[in-house]
Amino acid sequence: MRIHIKENPKGFERFGAQWTPTVIIADPKGTEHYRFEGFLPAGEFLPQLQLGLAKTAFATGDFGKAESLYRQIVREYPHADIAPEALYWAGVSKYKGSGDGTALNETARAFESQYANSVWAKKASVWA
Amino acid sequence: MDVNWIKDVDAALRQASEQNKPLFLDFSAAPM
Repeated sequence: MRIHIKENPKGFERFGAQWTPTVIIADPKGTEHYRFEGFLPAGEFLPQLQLGLAKTAFATGDFGKAESLYRQIVREYPHADIAPEALYWAGVSKYKGSGDGTALNETARAFESQYANSVWAKKASVWA
Repeated sequence: MDVNWIKDVDAALRQASEQNKPLFLDFSAAPM
């Protein structure tokens, strides 16, 4: 759905969009699960969209799908700014889906060799 | 590839619900 500020200003109010471009990813019930604002080049925009789909899957309890989408981001967009975040949530999704804590330890170890200086590596460090 | 954008918010929400698909909302001020 595309909402243009001149055609539908009330649409902006309805979803609390205060800047353009703003992208929102919502689940089939219309509940927002991710948004980002401002221009991004394709190499950053596409993984952001995918992150939104992954967060939507996670929020709706589809942890297997969420993990798959997060890992695809890391695999296909390894240099994207949100790749470290995707690696973190891939591990969390695997844990939530399996109940197996080794998924978190594996994620912490994965950060030792990639994105080691990211804030997401710091967040995962407690699982080591 | 052209995108068939829906501009009616309620129609888009209905379609997403009926098709059980996530919704992508693009808020723009680009020249029309």
